[in-house]
Amino acid sequence: MDSHQRTASDKADFKRELTGVVPHLRAFARGLCGRPDMADDLVQETLLKAWAAQDRFEPGTSMRAWTFVILRNAYLTDMRRNRFRGDYDESVAERILTAPAGQEEPIHLADMRRALLTLPPERREALLLVGAGGFSYEEAAEICGCAVGTIKSRVGRARAALTTMLDEGDMPRRSIDDVGAHRAILEELDSVASGHGVSEPTR
Amino acid sequence: MSGAIAKLDKKKPADASRRGAQTGHGKAPAAGKEAPGWANGLKQLYDEVVKEPLPDIFDDLLSKLDDKN
Repeated sequence: MDSHQRTASDKADFKRELTGVVPHLRAFARGLCGRPDMADDLVQETLLKAWAAQDRFEPGTSMRAWTFVILRNAYLTDMRRNRFRGDYDESVAERILTAPAGQEEPIHLADMRRALLTLPPERREALLLVGAGGFSYEEAAEICGCAVGTIKSRVGRARAALTTMLDEGDMPRRSIDDVGAHRAILEELDSVASGHGVSEPTR
Repeated sequence: MSGAIAKLDKKKPADASRRGAQTGHGKAPAAGKEAPGWANGLKQLYDEVVKEPLPDIFDDLLSKLDDKN
């Protein structure tokens, strides 16, 4: 856009700042897609895109906000291409299996993680930005390219849903990424496998 | 860590949490003084990833990009 030639020191600053936000990109990505490996792929994709677009970064503005926009767009594009669909089961198994032995993640944090993944993506995103990333509603609205009121409403709904699930212990039984439904399917499979239940012929 | 864990317990009445959610206004971040019981857990999930040691792939990638210029 502007023809201002970046100096070597501008470029060094850019690289330093970009390096500095990588941990935040990973945290945001993991919250969005729930899978550590996919989240890291998403971050790499983001770094490549940010690097290619570095002339559009305005020095002095928030590198974290700028790169979050890139990451979010990459995530949405991948979602539309179905990249993350059908991976949910695996992700549940993965989280159960890879819970680090010594770390002893409190059971409530595991619930938190699951509850977060049951939220519709746009609410999950809004909540992550504001409730975890510490962005203001205004900043979050800018990152998501929507009105401040929209962000407030998404955050409000997300918070209400988490409160129902976590503080009142009521995990939902529907939605695409539904953990409850997944569990129900597994239970049914168990029951069929153990000789109970009638399995319908597939076609 | 244990403080945040304790707060995730079902101690807070749901009403208070809901009220907190609805009165969130202005520029204040969502995790305000009336934050629901799970709010710390959310922050903790995020912060845990931020604090993780960074896999080498990221530094490698950035160095590679830097070398190209």
